[in-house]
Amino acid sequence: MTDLASYNFAYLDEQTKRMIRRAILKAIAIPGYQVPFASREMPMPYGWGTGGVQVTASIVGPDDVLKVIDQGADDTTNAVSIRAFFQKVASVAVTTHTKDATIIQTRHRIPEEKLAANQVLVYQVPIPEPLRFLEPRETETRKMHALEEYGLMHVKLYEDIAHNGRISKTYAYPVKVAGRYVMDPSPTPKFDNPKMHMSDALQLFGAGREKRIYAVPPYTEVVSLDFDDYPFEIQRFGKPCALCGAEEVYLDEVILDDKGGRMFVCSDTDHCEDRRAHGHAGEMLAPNQEAAE
Amino acid sequence: MSLKTEVPKNDVLAGGFAEPVFHAQSVFKLMMDAMARPGTIQTVAPDALPPAPLGVASGAIALTLCDHDMPVWLSSGLAKSAVPQWLGFHTGAPVTPEKAEARFAFVEAGTPVSSFGLFAAGTQEYPDRSTTVVIELADIEGGRKLALMGPGIKTVTDIAPLGLPDTFLRLWTENRALFPRGIDIVLTSGSRFICLPRTTKITATEM
Amino acid sequence: MYVAVKGGEAAIANAHRLLADRRRGDRSLPAIGIDQIVAQLALAVDRVMAEASLYDRTLAALAVRQSRGDMIEAIFLLRAYRTTLPRFGYSKPVDTARMKIERRVSATYKDLPGGQLLGPTFDYTHRLLDPSLLTDEAVEEPTLRDAETGRVMRVSEILAQEGLIEGDGEMPEDHEIGDLTREPMEFPMTRDLRLQALARGDEGFLLALGYSTQRGYGRNHPFTGEIRIGEVEVEFDVPELGFAVSLGTIQVTECQMVNQFKGSSKAPPQFTRGYGLVFGQSERKAMSMSLVDRALRAEELGEDITAPAQDEEFVISHADNVQSTGFVEHLKLPHYVDFQAELDLVRRMRNEFEANRIGGDDTIKEAAE
Repeated sequence: MTDLASYNFAYLDEQTKRMIRRAILKAIAIPGYQVPFASREMPMPYGWGTGGVQVTASIVGPDDVLKVIDQGADDTTNAVSIRAFFQKVASVAVTTHTKDATIIQTRHRIPEEKLAANQVLVYQVPIPEPLRFLEPRETETRKMHALEEYGLMHVKLYEDIAHNGRISKTYAYPVKVAGRYVMDPSPTPKFDNPKMHMSDALQLFGAGREKRIYAVPPYTEVVSLDFDDYPFEIQRFGKPCALCGAEEVYLDEVILDDKGGRMFVCSDTDHCEDRRAHGHAGEMLAPNQEAAE
Repeated sequence: MSLKTEVPKNDVLAGGFAEPVFHAQSVFKLMMDAMARPGTIQTVAPDALPPAPLGVASGAIALTLCDHDMPVWLSSGLAKSAVPQWLGFHTGAPVTPEKAEARFAFVEAGTPVSSFGLFAAGTQEYPDRSTTVVIELADIEGGRKLALMGPGIKTVTDIAPLGLPDTFLRLWTENRALFPRGIDIVLTSGSRFICLPRTTKITATEM
Repeated sequence: MYVAVKGGEAAIANAHRLLADRRRGDRSLPAIGIDQIVAQLALAVDRVMAEASLYDRTLAALAVRQSRGDMIEAIFLLRAYRTTLPRFGYSKPVDTARMKIERRVSATYKDLPGGQLLGPTFDYTHRLLDPSLLTDEAVEEPTLRDAETGRVMRVSEILAQEGLIEGDGEMPEDHEIGDLTREPMEFPMTRDLRLQALARGDEGFLLALGYSTQRGYGRNHPFTGEIRIGEVEVEFDVPELGFAVSLGTIQVTECQMVNQFKGSSKAPPQFTRGYGLVFGQSERKAMSMSLVDRALRAEELGEDITAPAQDEEFVISHADNVQSTGFVEHLKLPHYVDFQAELDLVRRMRNEFEANRIGGDDTIKEAAE
């Protein structure tokens, strides 16, 4: 019986890494364009981050420091599972501190901390095609991208306004990259869209099941689609984080009891912990703050 | 550059990565940074020693990215040297005389380039299926200053490669007109290189 | 006071331990042996090999045991393992005409060279639960005869002798056989890649699609020309030796459907074909595969595409159960950030609705006063 338990560094064989690396380089050269690649079955299911994992596995080296988040948190089960996977197959150093990471693999959030030039953000993408729910056929959507024909998307946004009085896309909000390709930023809340624009960091996107890789180089224009009279707006929360008092960050709703009690806390757990470590406190942690002042 | 008719064995069998897994990763990381930040000079630690006249950086790039799925085009001096066998042995990459079939092309220093048009530029639906052209130069600095702008560059990045073909700027403008199709270029000199993805706008700053 | 929940790592570790415990179950019962699974749950093992695209009975049985009998989980395990294996190349096409046949039936002829050989089939059993299987009662020895070796003529060859059936699947001269596992999927697909996708496709999905064609959703008048099950030799060309080397034999199930004839003013009518080939003994899958193969040739054969089974992008994109289970089940992953975004929007819209409604009521009230 073959040795079941011996794997190449970072799990993927070198031929697969080369194939993905070539795709990454072309993706960087054509910002926002979805490069097809021959995705491999990974030890976690399709839909659970295999695209992000394959991208990370192809770029990670022994000197990297890896952070993995899901919904902004390091401790959600799938983030824990993926981080453990890379510790096992790459013996890579891991961290929960955004500032210390060189590679950040993420699902559904962009960290609140502004990213630096030595960092790569790897997004897990379920459906890479922004037009998919308007047109199920890949043969058709590929043509639309080829001809820069995005009328279908504009019609859909316009119809939203007609029906709902506003554009009703709240996550996976489509963007135009470097003035050419319309791209799906992955199901990050539209709140995070502005962070993609002119970032110091390289952003890579991996969709394993759909077999696509795309990229936004640093310092690249990323513009959320909108209309002059209905400009793009991010979500705003009524109150700051109940734990650390942060404003202008994305908050999670936590249900406290069965009487409708709820509070809002930072989705980005590292950001919240960091603030609290530096003495910031929100109303949950310092209810007497105001009284003392 | 010498023509070889009898290929010494050690030219072909030697000169690959000592630690393929980690060296390929480190060279790829340099390539990725270089494509993401066009005009930044990257230096390959000289582990790969390809046969002359292929340079160290070009050889490292070949070892990192080429394999049997990727036909390679070589300019004539390279094609007549030990390079085809070296490539075959270390990467399995087939050498092709057809520029349009090649996914990677290596051009030795001093080769006049009349057109990029014969290389694969991809299709409108699959612009990624294009050749990456690696051009060896006399030096990565010391030539005429060029200003680069575009994705990956915050404002402007200057480069001054020495030994670019005279036709280069014109050919690059023609390449850019094809966007999203087009080739992508790596300029190498010894163990250093710069990447120019097709999105980069190049202007000469001095006449 | 709210304390941020931590402990995802501990939760996962505990879940894995609980799973291992449940998998083993009652410790007073003997553990199921891999060899028992291979021998006594052979058809489960065969299905796992087929859809994982990896022919190894022991590993497939291990996957069945590890997955606690969840077939798709077992298929996933084995498919993921397949990805890690080094590839040496491609075998020569197996010659099913030279199969050592264990079962061979044809619906198109009453009798034919090689005969109708029922083999170990459920077909004519009465589906009555058998209480003797509750205990370990002795099983009779079967009646055996010498294996059919050498070349057993195919039904398609019989029809071909009179020119009644189209040729055996042609590709253009310069066509290189594709490899589904090495290239990203692209539509439209050539038949070789489609068949690869169907061979590893989910049995249930293909069964339903095949069934739909029989009920009129793209009907193509199928007759089972032939089903044969048995061992075929796998040969590998070794250039340095200059000849092919046998790697051993594998069991496969092959189904040739004879379908709706097609002719034109230029060419007299011929029957058309659908093809199915699967690892192990899996007739249902081979038959379903051949029905869907034929349906997907609609465009090639100049038929109107009207039914789901004829829609190549639809069928092929959704046939792989490793992909489909991954994505369906991923809905269990936290989505609260996106849900939060939706909550925010819906609350906002409801507030606006209320505000407008109250404003409207006030207007009515004013008018009434």
